[in-house]
Amino acid sequence: MHAFKEGDCLNTSQPAQSTGPSASPDSRGADRSTEEAASLELRKVTKRYPGQDQAAIEDLSLQVEAGEICVLVGPSGCGKTTAMRLVNRMIEPTEGDILIDGKSVKDRTPAELRRHVGYAIQQIGLFPHLSVADNIGTVPHLLGWDKQRISDRVDELLELVSLDPHDTRDRYPAQLSGGQRQRVGVARALAADPPLMLMDEPFGAIDPINRERLQNEFLRLQAQIKKTVVFVTHDIDEAIKIGDRIAVLKKGGKLAQYATPAELLMYPADGFVEDFVGADRALKRLALQRVRDIDLWKAAEARVGEDTREVRRKIDDADLTIPLLVDDRRHPIGWLSHRALEGERVEEKLRSPAEPIVELDDILRDALSDLLSSETRYAPVVDGRGQAAGVLSLEVIGRFLHTAPTDARTGAELVADEDTEATAEAAEA
Amino acid sequence: MSLVEALAVPLAQVEIQERSGESCVAENGFCPEWIADNFDRYVTPFSEHVYLTVVSVGVGFIIAFTLALIAHRRQWLISPIAGVTGVLYTIPSLAAFFLLQPITGRGNLTAIVALVAYTLLILFRNMMTGLAGVSPDAKDAARGMGLTERQMLWRVELPLATPEILAGLRIATTTTIGLATLAFFAGGGGLGAQIDAQIFFKSNVVVAGGLAVLLAAVFDVLILGAQRLATPWQRAQPA
Repeated sequence: MHAFKEGDCLNTSQPAQSTGPSASPDSRGADRSTEEAASLELRKVTKRYPGQDQAAIEDLSLQVEAGEICVLVGPSGCGKTTAMRLVNRMIEPTEGDILIDGKSVKDRTPAELRRHVGYAIQQIGLFPHLSVADNIGTVPHLLGWDKQRISDRVDELLELVSLDPHDTRDRYPAQLSGGQRQRVGVARALAADPPLMLMDEPFGAIDPINRERLQNEFLRLQAQIKKTVVFVTHDIDEAIKIGDRIAVLKKGGKLAQYATPAELLMYPADGFVEDFVGADRALKRLALQRVRDIDLWKAAEARVGEDTREVRRKIDDADLTIPLLVDDRRHPIGWLSHRALEGERVEEKLRSPAEPIVELDDILRDALSDLLSSETRYAPVVDGRGQAAGVLSLEVIGRFLHTAPTDARTGAELVADEDTEATAEAAEA
Repeated sequence: MSLVEALAVPLAQVEIQERSGESCVAENGFCPEWIADNFDRYVTPFSEHVYLTVVSVGVGFIIAFTLALIAHRRQWLISPIAGVTGVLYTIPSLAAFFLLQPITGRGNLTAIVALVAYTLLILFRNMMTGLAGVSPDAKDAARGMGLTERQMLWRVELPLATPEILAGLRIATTTTIGLATLAFFAGGGGLGAQIDAQIFFKSNVVVAGGLAVLLAAVFDVLILGAQRLATPWQRAQPA
């Protein structure tokens, strides 16, 4: 089922790529265009097809900052793909203008424009008659790069998308698995280091397990290369996970809301957005936050043999009346029974072990899931060294859901600095 | 077929008189010895046949390819071109060889013009089928990456249509080799002339006819081989 290598998926040990393609070994060429991410603006764009009453896109204005992922999301027929294809002039607008780095796309020929805008589609559209290397080298070849430079770039990109260049470059698309083809498609779109990428449901045809993996990989890749990306999807969960900003479109290509994922979930602009985001939007918000991002309860920590009067003082000061027994290194052991405080010194009499233990870096949704599955209302939180750092409770999470998402992070940031736990999970699956 | 008989009978008699010592020939059997002795008489008809085939298919391919490229850009031309080439295809070949003579005279040219006409429908149809069968996703990706229409045609569409195009070429070549055996009616020579020269002598008919079949088989294998060389991606096994 998983034809590609498990260990490679979340490969974080690629120092050669860590500073982005511009710093890679093949940047020696003087003509090397190390293009920075570009800003994108759709300015009052309307697209009308002859003979149709309703416009495909109506008066759409969007601004995408350089290096951001803008997700276009909406039900089928909302014009999200049309909107994306306006950017590289695959479709010409009826009215309005589109600006890349402040310059109108109309001032460039379609072919020249498209060679500088990465393009990846759901069907991938790899050329069946060309090897993986030739597929990836398509645009560099059009741009007149020399053979050696194209070859170096192909290897670099294959490594970037976690494929083994030696093993993959001479294969034909028919010899790849679905996930591998998808990666080659992304590598091909990145080939000439375009400052702007268009991606139309690039993970749409992949099974759920591999899709999640490819999404994570993509976000990790984006953290390295920091392109401006226009990403089309019909899947609101994917939009929330991938997007720095999300444009929700409704039928007729009208913009319903353009906001960060957290804003979208907290303040849907209207009933349509609210419906589209789904009834579980509160839970979706939890997926955007880590345990460390919210105000935890303070626990009364106690050690075996500690003065009980001291512990009682701490309890008065804490948010939870039940003291948490910790060992010498402040690692949580369990919740103390009230009988443990009956004497002068704290005894090791537990009402329950410290189960589950939540980490500061856990995604809030996962932490909540841990609480619920352990049938408990609260759990100790530990930091990276395993030391007690507070208490997470259902009340704390409930309070968080009623506060404004001022400092909510985006899914992209969350995944980008996530460690290898996803790999472990995927490998188990 | 009085014409054929009138030519064949005296020639056969000459033949028998020359080789009167051999009873096989006298009995009109299949005579390997005679074939070995007389093989050189097939060299010229055979090379004429190859010439007719190669030139006709070559010219036909160029014309059909040009028409296909035009029709690919202007899709409304597909039906009229297919119609005209279809009509050409239905003209009985024997009739064509005679009908053309007042215009092009007797000889190679007439034979080639007729043979070319018969290749057009097959070649054109297959080219259009091949071009129409190119994955729209690959074309969309090609456009989206900034290939011009011309680059897309030569780098994506034609390579991907190659199997269909070469399949058409194989059929057209085989058909032409068969039809070219009638080219002698237009004065074009070929193996047909040799068959006709001694049509009642089995050894002759077997050798001349056999050479035509062999020629068709060789061309078929050659084109098939070319196709395999040109489309290695078609044989790529999923890993």
